Amino acid sequence: MDEQTLAVEFRNITKTFDNVVANSKVNFKVQKGTIHGIIGENGAGKSTAMNILFGMYSPDAGASSDAGEIKIYNTPVKWNSPFDAIAHGVGMVHQHFMLANTENAVDNIILGAEPVFYALRKLPSFFRLIQTKKAVQKLKTLAKVFDFEIDWETAIEDLPVGVQQRIEILKLLYRNAEILILDEPTAVLNPVETEALFINLKKLKEQGKTVLIITHKLNEIIACTDEVTVFRHGKVVCSLKTKDTSTEALAELMVGRKILLQVSVPPQKEFSKTPVLEINNLVLYSQKKAKKKLDHIGFSVLKGEIVGIAGVEGHGQSELAQILLSPNAKEFAIKGNINIFGKNILSLKTNQIRELGVSFIPENRQAQALLLDSALQENFLLGNHDKGELQFYNFLSFNKIKEKLLKIVRDYDIRPGNPNSLARQLSGGNQQKLVIARECYSQPKLLIASQPTRGVDIGAIQFIHKKIIQVRDDGAGVLLISSELEEILALSDRILVIYAGKIVAEFNRGDPKLSRIGYYMCGASERENVH
Amino acid sequence: MFIKKILIIIQPVLAICMGLFIGLMIAYGLGENPWSVLKILVNGAFGSTHDLASTLFYTTPLIFTGLSVTIAFQCGLFNIGAEGQLLSGAFAATTVGILFANLGSPLAPFIAICASFIGGALWGFFAGYLKAKRGSHEVINTIMLNFIAVGITSWLTLYVFPNRGTQNPETQEIAAQFRVPSLFLTEHATVNFSFFLALLVAVLTWFFLWKTVLGYKLRATGQNITAARLSGISVNQMQILAMVLAGGVAGLVGVAEILGQAGKFRIGFSPEYGFMGIAVSLLGRNKPLGVVLSALLFGALHKGTMNLDLETENITRDLSLVFEALIILSVTAEGLWSYILERRK
Amino acid sequence: MTIEEIETYCLQLFNSTLRISIPLLFAALGGFFSERSGVINIALEGLMLVGAFASAAIAYFTHSPWLGALGGALIASFFALFYGVFVIYFRANQIVAGVALNMLAFGLIPLIAKVLFDVTGSSPGLSIEDRFQIMPVVLIILLIVFIHFWFQKSSFGLWAKFAGEHPMALHSAGISVFRVRLFSVWLSGILAGLGGMSLSIFLSSAYSRNMTAGRGFMALAALVFGKWKPLPTVFACLLFGFVDALQIQLQGIVLWGAEPVPVQLIQILPYVITILVLSGFVGNARPPSALGLPFTKS
Repeated sequence: MDEQTLAVEFRNITKTFDNVVANSKVNFKVQKGTIHGIIGENGAGKSTAMNILFGMYSPDAGASSDAGEIKIYNTPVKWNSPFDAIAHGVGMVHQHFMLANTENAVDNIILGAEPVFYALRKLPSFFRLIQTKKAVQKLKTLAKVFDFEIDWETAIEDLPVGVQQRIEILKLLYRNAEILILDEPTAVLNPVETEALFINLKKLKEQGKTVLIITHKLNEIIACTDEVTVFRHGKVVCSLKTKDTSTEALAELMVGRKILLQVSVPPQKEFSKTPVLEINNLVLYSQKKAKKKLDHIGFSVLKGEIVGIAGVEGHGQSELAQILLSPNAKEFAIKGNINIFGKNILSLKTNQIRELGVSFIPENRQAQALLLDSALQENFLLGNHDKGELQFYNFLSFNKIKEKLLKIVRDYDIRPGNPNSLARQLSGGNQQKLVIARECYSQPKLLIASQPTRGVDIGAIQFIHKKIIQVRDDGAGVLLISSELEEILALSDRILVIYAGKIVAEFNRGDPKLSRIGYYMCGASERENVH
Repeated sequence: MFIKKILIIIQPVLAICMGLFIGLMIAYGLGENPWSVLKILVNGAFGSTHDLASTLFYTTPLIFTGLSVTIAFQCGLFNIGAEGQLLSGAFAATTVGILFANLGSPLAPFIAICASFIGGALWGFFAGYLKAKRGSHEVINTIMLNFIAVGITSWLTLYVFPNRGTQNPETQEIAAQFRVPSLFLTEHATVNFSFFLALLVAVLTWFFLWKTVLGYKLRATGQNITAARLSGISVNQMQILAMVLAGGVAGLVGVAEILGQAGKFRIGFSPEYGFMGIAVSLLGRNKPLGVVLSALLFGALHKGTMNLDLETENITRDLSLVFEALIILSVTAEGLWSYILERRK
Repeated sequence: MTIEEIETYCLQLFNSTLRISIPLLFAALGGFFSERSGVINIALEGLMLVGAFASAAIAYFTHSPWLGALGGALIASFFALFYGVFVIYFRANQIVAGVALNMLAFGLIPLIAKVLFDVTGSSPGLSIEDRFQIMPVVLIILLIVFIHFWFQKSSFGLWAKFAGEHPMALHSAGISVFRVRLFSVWLSGILAGLGGMSLSIFLSSAYSRNMTAGRGFMALAALVFGKWKPLPTVFACLLFGFVDALQIQLQGIVLWGAEPVPVQLIQILPYVITILVLSGFVGNARPPSALGLPFTKS
């Protein structure tokens, strides 16, 4: 195809955030009238690049010789905000929809660009009457062109997610977007809705629109796109025509050839093969979306073993971690069995579950684990507040608390180590160490660690890994959930791969078939017990 | 860190100065010399032991309501209902004092104090329960409960326990053995035992919130509800507890008014102590010590402006409301700095 | 009672209800504009009082109720603007700022009254030509018609709705959330001021101390009861007004037993009902999702 039909071109785009290079000399081209896939792992730089295209961020300026450039229809553009992008016909549908739940589709789409009665158009907005009938007509016609089926009068919250997404896309089309960017569009859809989306996208293509999809689901790439660009570690690895490649090849490009790390992890100690955690046939529905977050999951964690759950974020891991501690949470409906030490925990409250010897390192320490504006000693107390040895006749003994805290500060090398400093003042790594220290203080029998080294510096990562292994060697079972494949590979005695709420693969440590793990993480077919 | 500590003290002081300054300017606009206004204010509040006594008289209920708002706030809740809670507590004390007039025990005042607390705690419980179990917002509920408390106590005063000997809208007197000792009698106001009770409650509040396990759980809930939940704390229980305690402490205003000052329930005895408690707590940075200090300030302002009323042509005691409002607005204008900084970018 | 007596009784009741509801209606509709766009307006009480005083004072000096109404509305709206800037731009806590504004109004008004009229508690009585006989009724009907048939379908109406439900979406659509909210708060000031005006120069002949008597809060209750929609809110105001009118009529009348029904217990009915509604015992009251939350662009 000749240059004339290039919709988007990125040349040498670099973007740095605070010392982190998110995009490094990114180059790719998107032909007009195609569906173009943008793939990569979490943190590979694909979202950054698309946000730049959409005007959320500006690329780094750089020296003139290797200055980056973005061209839309062969014209260089420089945008200051998403409004500029929209004005040039570039629109983005985010993962979190910008729709008001109580309003209907029409209102949500026309907001800010309402068709008003001609005679009133010069009056201030307070008096401009919206021509609702005309708006509905316009939208119905537009929807017909692209074969979108939409419920116009119903409130957004009563509509299925697939329809909501169509409304978001229609928002862009209503504003004459020619280039549409969809960010992980199938993350919230079930298989039927996904099929419907692909049909809609093909229609868009037929009408001459250009679509970019950010995703990591390889089978969808194969099913739906014309071309693919692969990101890894902030760079573009390559761009391919979809028909020239396969999911396997893409997986390798995306994840890279993983060398199995020969980490000096001591071998498992011998413990009785007692299951600490047993999950059977667990199905989890999120009530509002009637979507299965976990689809007949079953596995065990034994004493003295680390079970790692590998998988790209968003496939049910967060929900799994959550219900292990709060099975009664109102947002979910659960079927199946979860036993800890043989006890069914589905009817238990959080403190009762903790009393069984469960500790939890949540994935978002600031939102879920820390009291940022409190002193270190207060943070240490959280979860340990009922422990007798920290009390003095039922009152908090800050002497004892301080003593224990200082020991922890020494053992874990937490800085600054002043018991009165606020949690907010610690770096990410130190915050995480504090959380782990307090969770391990009670010598847990089951440790659930969710993204334990997210946002943590290298030194702290090593320390945290050592600690997790130590907990295992003390006889605890550890459930490790992480989207960092290296971490899973290094620490786990057994690895389970989760995809779309199902366990799709299982490996033991050192299994040579682990080289294909990327393949499973990205959506290979049904469960294969690869032993 | 040191600078931060200084800032914590400076900001309220700045706010007070700002509020006073603007208030004095308004006084100037009304035709008075701001300097003499300031002198009368200070003199009126602290000039003589008589004045100091009156100041402390106004300070006492403000300490109670300020602590009430603080306790709720430490659990992440907004207690606008202190007004209703204090009425409820005050009336409970009155009821005990009237119904058990024949009780001859030396523990009588203590029983009445407990009744005061329980009355307020009950009123706080309603708001807490509705928030925890039904998820309805405590702000509107507590405002409604305020009006309901006014209605019920008015009805009880006029129809169930009225004082037949007078036209005033008040109840009969409570039996003498329930009264608390006064320390200082002046024409208008009695500084009584309740002042010390207020200080004691402030200390107890501090102790409870910062030195006990339960207090810790309550504060953790206010700081990060998710983290608290995940650590095994029952958030619902904490919220209800906070409102019960907040209500109870507000109810102790009954000790000051009923058991101390008047000996009976008079409709309208509270010059909006409940709402003022919000200002007191805000200025006092939601900590018991700050609450006591800012209650003292507001009490002084209240007394001082009463003197202004008498000693100037154009100023009435309503100016105290203006001062208080300006101080609160100055405190909330902290956001002004971040707004200006943002615009500079 | 004869048929005629019952007729006159009902007519009286109907009349009283309407009259008593008018200030509530103004205030509640004012609250509607503000809360719909996401700003809680606890200050309605103070704004009403400002309107009551200002219109009475201006009507006295100019002998024109129209100027009084205009002045009252504008001055109240100025106060509201002040409140709006604090909570929208400075992101002050809306409850606290609202309480402060109420206090400010309740404090400043007697002081100014003293300067103007030498007494703090009231303004001089207005002669009948200086008051309204029917204008506020007409105005409120026009207002209700306008809101229901026109405003809800206007561009601004849509924007205000989104400012209250999903300000981020409004911002992404290129509309300034701050401006929409500020204008709504200003409007609520105008209406609350008119509510106060109807108290002082329509229902009575002067301003008197605390004449709002909690109506600003009752208007909030009516808004909650009306689930933040205009027509149900109007109904709620009429209902509350009816209860008020009823208890005045019932005073002294023995319904059952030997004791008259206590006035105070009837008076608290609107508040009890509001709690029940808000707590989900009666229907499902759902406030605008962004109500009370300051908007940050990031």
